[in-house]
Amino acid sequence: MAIDTIDKTAKKLVLTVQDYTLFAWRAFTNLYHPPIYWPEFLVQSDIIGFGSLSIVVLSGISTGGVLALQSAATLSAFGAAAVTGQFVSLTMIRELGPVLTGVMVSGRNASSMASELGSMVVTEQIDAMRALGVDPIRKLVTPRIFASIAMLFFLTIVADACGIAGGGLVTVFMNHQNGTQYFSMAWEHLRYPDIIQGLVKPLFFGYILGSIGCFYGMRTSGGTEGVGRSTIQAVVTSSVLIIFVDFLITQVLLTLLPL
Amino acid sequence: MNEPPASALPGQDTPRPAGSDQTLPANARPVVAFRNVSIAFDGPPVLEDVSFTVGPGETRILLGPAGVGKSVLLKLTNGLLRPDQGSIRLFGEEIATMPEEKLFPLRTRAGMVFQEGALFDSLTVRDNVAYQLIQERVPDDEIDRRVRDALRFVELEETFDLYPSSLSGGMRRRVAIARALIRQPELLLYDSPTGGLDPVTSTTIIELIIKERDVNRTPSLLVTHRLQDAFTLCTHRFSAGQARMVPLPKGETNPLTTFLMLQEGRLIFDGSLHDLVTSQNAFVREFLE
Repeated sequence: MAIDTIDKTAKKLVLTVQDYTLFAWRAFTNLYHPPIYWPEFLVQSDIIGFGSLSIVVLSGISTGGVLALQSAATLSAFGAAAVTGQFVSLTMIRELGPVLTGVMVSGRNASSMASELGSMVVTEQIDAMRALGVDPIRKLVTPRIFASIAMLFFLTIVADACGIAGGGLVTVFMNHQNGTQYFSMAWEHLRYPDIIQGLVKPLFFGYILGSIGCFYGMRTSGGTEGVGRSTIQAVVTSSVLIIFVDFLITQVLLTLLPL
Repeated sequence: MNEPPASALPGQDTPRPAGSDQTLPANARPVVAFRNVSIAFDGPPVLEDVSFTVGPGETRILLGPAGVGKSVLLKLTNGLLRPDQGSIRLFGEEIATMPEEKLFPLRTRAGMVFQEGALFDSLTVRDNVAYQLIQERVPDDEIDRRVRDALRFVELEETFDLYPSSLSGGMRRRVAIARALIRQPELLLYDSPTGGLDPVTSTTIIELIIKERDVNRTPSLLVTHRLQDAFTLCTHRFSAGQARMVPLPKGETNPLTTFLMLQEGRLIFDGSLHDLVTSQNAFVREFLE
């Protein structure tokens, strides 16, 4: 009985991965064939980008501030409190900026995509769209995925900037250190591989959160309860995948662009 | 019988009045043809070895209890679902194995009215009805005109700027009918159009379906479990002069309106109203009683 359950679960998992791969591939390749729904792309960019700005700014400032607080305490034990700026900027740009923004935006938008598309599925609006001769993947999914990629790129830059600024505020007003020293250390030790690493990651994370949110939304079944289930699955899966893929990308980028 | 023609949808030829020419040519190519179609979803077959056709001008009423696979059959008709076995021809083209991208243009030739209307709740009635026209980038002036004509057909012109959330259940179905009709489809699929509606509203919807059948002569496949609606469709016609449906003379039925019945996924009946009421099949008898 237990083996039977494991067998079924394994088959279900493989089938889900296969479905997701086909779904994500189709949504991606839609960009290379008309029609492309640019108005939908702009609307989604506004919802994802501008709509997520406040949470990204707040979480960026807070994280940068916490980094400065924690690192200053440890670094001063070695007489190295002066490198707080370098520590905060590198950590924000290479890791925390992209991952934190990815997870925050995923919590807000992957859930929103899954619930919106899931509601459309259970009320037969997706079937109605197909019956009217419109491809719902092209019309609803592709714009959301590419808006997620584009907006996460810019939101990550905002988060990085806010994180460094938040670290600066804590350094100056709470740790009573020199602000000029903080920002010059933050700037001078930045190198192109750091920036490339920080800006490549959101492209992958945006694709993950957009495609996972839409995937779970489009395969919703079981009425309103199913919509709730899809929303949870979308947020959990996209957040975990972002963290896992971050590990893989970091490993690859460190190999390609050694520090 | 010789009444003035009722108003058809814009762009259409003068409507043919319902009357004596209601016979199907022997060599007419079916609009829909199912052959030995079966489908299952993680369990026993939902439909098994189903074969039937819908000819030009025909209205086929699919009867059966809830959960017997009627909606599944309707979704197979325009390729929203794919059969596990068998052949489905829509407008002469095999769709059982057709790629989804090729199905989209084919689907635009068929209108579908969903069980709960399936209107897009973030769009106004105007944008819902005009959905296909907007995708085809038809000029706004023409869209407005055609939407108003379609809404006039379902007697809901005043809802033009409203959102679906402010409409009653019956009004949503009528808007869904207007959306299905706006491009003058070559086939209409109705999925329980009166399900969950009160008797008065149901009659309004059935009257619209009869009006569409008799004015525009669009072939259709209608799913219902309400016998009363099915019998009304068969025993009434639309009177353009009185602008409402009227009963056919006693003993007469619409010869192009016929019945199909499903039982546990199998098609157990295919015939006219007379065949239905005189059927000796135990399930048919039980369903009718």
